[in-house]
Amino acid sequence: MSLVRALLRHPSGRIGGCIILLFLLAALLGQLGLTPHDPLKQMRLDRLKPPSLTYVMGTDLFGRDVASRVMLAIGQSFIVGFLAVGIAATLGTVLGLTAAWFGRLWDGVVMRSMDVLLAFPAILLALLIIAVAGPGTWTSVTAIAIVYTPIFTRVVRGPALSIKTREFVDAARTFGSSRRYILTRHLMLNLVAPLTVQVTLALAWSLLTEAGLSFLGLGTQPPAASLGLMLADARNLMEMAPWLLIFPGLTIMIGILGFNLTGDALRDILDPKTRRAMA
Amino acid sequence: MNYLTRRLLTFPLVMFGVSVLVFVAIRLVPGDAITAMLGTEAGLLTPEQKAALASYFGLDQSWFTQYARWIAGVLSGDLGLSVTYGKPVLDVILDRFPLTLQLALMAMVIALGTGLPLGVFAATRNGKAADLGVRVLAMIGQSTPSFVVGLLLIYFLSVGFGVLPAMGQFVPLWQDPLTNLGQMILPAITLGFAFTASVTRISRSAMLDVLSDDYVRTARAKGAPARRVIWRHALPNALIPVVTLSGVEFGYLLGGAVLVEQIYALPGLGRLVLEAILQRDYALVQGTVLFIAFNFLLVNLLVDLAYVALDPRIRLGGN
Repeated sequence: MSLVRALLRHPSGRIGGCIILLFLLAALLGQLGLTPHDPLKQMRLDRLKPPSLTYVMGTDLFGRDVASRVMLAIGQSFIVGFLAVGIAATLGTVLGLTAAWFGRLWDGVVMRSMDVLLAFPAILLALLIIAVAGPGTWTSVTAIAIVYTPIFTRVVRGPALSIKTREFVDAARTFGSSRRYILTRHLMLNLVAPLTVQVTLALAWSLLTEAGLSFLGLGTQPPAASLGLMLADARNLMEMAPWLLIFPGLTIMIGILGFNLTGDALRDILDPKTRRAMA
Repeated sequence: MNYLTRRLLTFPLVMFGVSVLVFVAIRLVPGDAITAMLGTEAGLLTPEQKAALASYFGLDQSWFTQYARWIAGVLSGDLGLSVTYGKPVLDVILDRFPLTLQLALMAMVIALGTGLPLGVFAATRNGKAADLGVRVLAMIGQSTPSFVVGLLLIYFLSVGFGVLPAMGQFVPLWQDPLTNLGQMILPAITLGFAFTASVTRISRSAMLDVLSDDYVRTARAKGAPARRVIWRHALPNALIPVVTLSGVEFGYLLGGAVLVEQIYALPGLGRLVLEAILQRDYALVQGTVLFIAFNFLLVNLLVDLAYVALDPRIRLGGN
């Protein structure tokens, strides 16, 4: 709770938090089917209508309501993003913690494997995975998860290594605490701060990657709504119907901005070093 | 072992890992490789013809033998044959690479050329309105995907000014520099947009760190002019994180080129990867991905070397 309060006191945190809440609400309503219009229904008579009171963001080439589709698409982005980041954070934490704890050969194997994954530009690694598994929502989740696992592994391993040598861990060992207890209680709790920051920032990247993959036609497949897909469709129509470009484009931008702002605010709040610098 | 040797030794190790990953990934593609290679035409082959092709390409051998053969080929510059182009993969890559390299370099020049001065400017006005303005802009810039930037640029230029980006047949730099730059400037801005924002943010915060250091205060105290303190004393030390960022980011620029080349219909390496994936030309996917990863690693290695040159402490230190 104190974290939420601190976030609300931080200017970027306030704006970022509001954006995320607004997007979550839109996504939830979209997934519950509570959109202004049916996002998949083609209203043939109302094709390419500019924004109006009936269609706040206009309609697309098939006469579908853009606002409703944007709401549905935000949900899609969030599902992919949250799942992928959840998987990456879990995998990365387990790998990073065990690498730091066991050291030696296991540490070497894990960290060199992560180096290999990091040797690919993110979108390229995602493309390689899609080349193997074929495009689709689940492939996007897997691809994004694999791309971000090494980052979480690194974020966890560094601090875990330094915490491992601290006195309170030695003390816990002397008291006869089990390895599992030390790992989950002492190490994990101290890693919550860097992980929280990283998860928020990774969510921003995963929104970006999901939209990018869908834009290339390799992510979410039509007729499902996705912001990247909507932009790809808007490309040839943008002079005639700029609203098809502007609303989905702004939505992606503001969504990513929300997570970036929140991530930055969290870093300021949770990292004692920057906290000192700010004061 | 000092830092430099260790760094040089990990390069081939990671590159080996990359090659294994790419090799295995391609072999995990569902269906047999001959069908994957020939597409629908494979349906016309008799089982004997298929077996003959498989043995011709060495596909009937164990993965280990196949890998050994492939890597021996790669080391001698033979990346295999592209089915869609009917040419050696390396030739196709080298045809496309100059464009992507030029794009990434131009994006980098734009990003450093605008981001660095902006960051330094913001740092010298820490906490003032100008600083806040730069920070807000940088935050928005960092949050805007390249394809949104690209599409918006094309839209506003074509609607607002009636200028369409020079698309059409791509002209290489050495044939007609002016036409080429005209074709490349918008894609380079698009690709460099988010990078400019990160350079601004990193150089601002690095500059702020350095400006509060004792030696800068000393320089000020002995009466060095403000301009000299900023550009001569502070900036060189603030550059280290910027150099690191540029190295990492250069790889992302090579990757990000996939989207930008797609928007502007530029025949570069990024678009080649995409085409290869869509056409299921696996030799080409394998070759291009390996090629890009190699360049990415190479740039990172060079950056680390530059880092050592910039900061002598690293040469001796354990990490």
